[in-house]
Amino acid sequence: MKEEQSKEKVKKFGMVIDLDKCTGCGACMVACMAENNVPFKEDESKKLDSITWLRIYKLTNGKSFPDADICYLPRPCQHCGGKGDHGHSPCVSVCPATATDYNKETGIVSQIYTRCFGCRYCMAACPYHARYFNWWDPVWPDGMEKYLSPNVSVRMRGVVEKCSFCFHRYQLAMDKAYYEGRREIEETEYQTACTQSCPANAIAFGDLNNSGHAVYELKKDKNAFRLLERLQTNPKVYYLSSREWVRRAGDNYLKDEKK
Amino acid sequence: MDSALIPRGVKRCPTWQFALWIGAAGAVLLWGVFAMLLCWFKGLNQTNMNDSYGFALWIWADLAVIALGGGAFFTGFLRYIVGKDELKNIINYAVLIGFICYSSALLILAIDIGQPLRGWFIFWHANVHSMLTEVAFCLTCYFGVLTIEYVPLILENRQIDKVPFFHRLGHNMHEIMAVFAATGAFLSFFHQGSLGGVSGVLFGRPFGYREGIFIWPWTFFLYTWSAAACGPCFTIMITKITEKVTGKRLVKQNVIELLAKISGWMIGTYIIAKIIDTWYWAKVTAPAAGFNLMDFYSNNPFYGIWILVLEIVICGVVPAIILTSEKGRKNPAALMTAIILAVLGACVNRWVMVLQVMAVPVLTFENWVMYYPSWQEVATTILPVAYGVILISLSYRYLPIFPQEQELNPEV
Amino acid sequence: MFPFCFEWMWDMSHMVFMGGLWYALTIIGLGMTFCIGKAFYDTFFDKGKDDNHH
Repeated sequence: MKEEQSKEKVKKFGMVIDLDKCTGCGACMVACMAENNVPFKEDESKKLDSITWLRIYKLTNGKSFPDADICYLPRPCQHCGGKGDHGHSPCVSVCPATATDYNKETGIVSQIYTRCFGCRYCMAACPYHARYFNWWDPVWPDGMEKYLSPNVSVRMRGVVEKCSFCFHRYQLAMDKAYYEGRREIEETEYQTACTQSCPANAIAFGDLNNSGHAVYELKKDKNAFRLLERLQTNPKVYYLSSREWVRRAGDNYLKDEKK
Repeated sequence: MDSALIPRGVKRCPTWQFALWIGAAGAVLLWGVFAMLLCWFKGLNQTNMNDSYGFALWIWADLAVIALGGGAFFTGFLRYIVGKDELKNIINYAVLIGFICYSSALLILAIDIGQPLRGWFIFWHANVHSMLTEVAFCLTCYFGVLTIEYVPLILENRQIDKVPFFHRLGHNMHEIMAVFAATGAFLSFFHQGSLGGVSGVLFGRPFGYREGIFIWPWTFFLYTWSAAACGPCFTIMITKITEKVTGKRLVKQNVIELLAKISGWMIGTYIIAKIIDTWYWAKVTAPAAGFNLMDFYSNNPFYGIWILVLEIVICGVVPAIILTSEKGRKNPAALMTAIILAVLGACVNRWVMVLQVMAVPVLTFENWVMYYPSWQEVATTILPVAYGVILISLSYRYLPIFPQEQELNPEV
Repeated sequence: MFPFCFEWMWDMSHMVFMGGLWYALTIIGLGMTFCIGKAFYDTFFDKGKDDNHH
């Protein structure tokens, strides 16, 4: 009984993104940057050192008109559970200074900016390129620092950062719940900035273990897939697409290998 | 001017010539120091690294110098533990080269990290599951051991040796050097191995990932093995270069040949293991992740199958064949070719396991990313070379590094 | 690194890793203590001045 209770309490926050709905508008990226005080450069043309916790990829099926098709794929941190879902995500296990951690209660992979010393081993380990290094000190245009979120610390030069599933929102929601004498939060009380900003309602967020949350059923959809599942990284971000070529683009297959 | 400091019975170049030489190396050193300071004060935006290339030239240089510095631990192991007494004639130099390699590696790491002032976190907040933690601990400890092995050499300087305390300290350290050498071999086994583990454990990167035993991927053992195999070749190569520069014979040929023979057999066995590893990876590990071997060697402007052939056949099989045959070892040109190829082989292996791992796309909708270093990266990578030249020059001039020098170069 | 660091856990991984580390450090430390201590002793009592290690 006790075991059952504690099992119920273990949350596994995750996302289900419907790629058939995503228009690639970028609202989620903007919301993410504003919410999490993500720094930007004066010249953002060189994307290899830009920080985009949530990045939208443009996929094409490689065919010409009239069969040409495109798909936009938003990629936040996948918050991998690792092999067997024990929390041995590719990045967590390699960090030498325990600066990135797998939260067993929420399944969220955190990044402790004040402890990271910038060895970038986690970046090398992440196959999704979801981790970003602060190559520069963050500089905000005059007056913009007043718009920074007080709930998210600004990162300094020389450390790695990444999507946190807006963990500060979870903390705020939990604080509120505790204040009101509750131990649990409702699905709507904790939603990420990208989820809320998506005009097409393509992103659903919630506890993958909670049957009351939308993501619980969505992830079971026959068109659901995760990126690079064969690597056994066990991501918590699911994608939906009715298009076979999009689903196939989620992983690597040998030539003439059938899915 | 400095003749009182020069060991007895050997000849050294005039002071002005030496000063000029040190000055030239010093200029290169200063260039490197300038680049290093730029990186420290302005940050890693001075480099051409990016979010796809978190590991780049420096980490390769780091892994390469540590592999090549492996000559120190393996020669020490052979001399003190196995009891190959002839190697006492080259062990000093092996230690000195190892000391330079390891101090350089530590310096490179200090420049490479984004927050150098937090470098100590790796020890204090150690995550014992990370290969890099193991690297940091064993590397630092082994650097301590190398310092302990190098100090008695400094104490043998003519003037320092006159101080009774230093004379006795040097003697005592020599007496129990086997204990330090054994500890060094133990530490080296782990840090060479864990450097191999750095890419081997990356299960998100099919190009680098290898299966293994318990927590150690096969690359763990391959790295230790290759360092023990190719490290002595680097020692021989630097010895030969030193002989060329000084115009003297410093180590007898039988010593070189003995070390080359052991190295040859090590390379031979290593390369067999490496071929098996590569075959298993190409046939089983990578296909399980959805990759064919040629996916890693095509659709990009640089990394072709040639690099695999270069590493395994040209810089592995060829030197192994030359060094294991007596005829090959006796032929100076063949010996030197094999030595250079073996050194190159270790460097190529480290390059592939660092930079190619970063270059290969894993997501199907990403492309290969190429990288070339900035001048600051090149300068800071050359910095250890200049530092090495200076330390070798100073040590050669003032310390009795080569026990056979006097015998091989009798004063007329 | 030390049991009082909050990351420390008394599990197998820590015991093996840190055990190996402290074992190596102890040998190095004791070895150097012996060398330096004996050198002081010998110097003070004027012993071992003819020892030669070449």
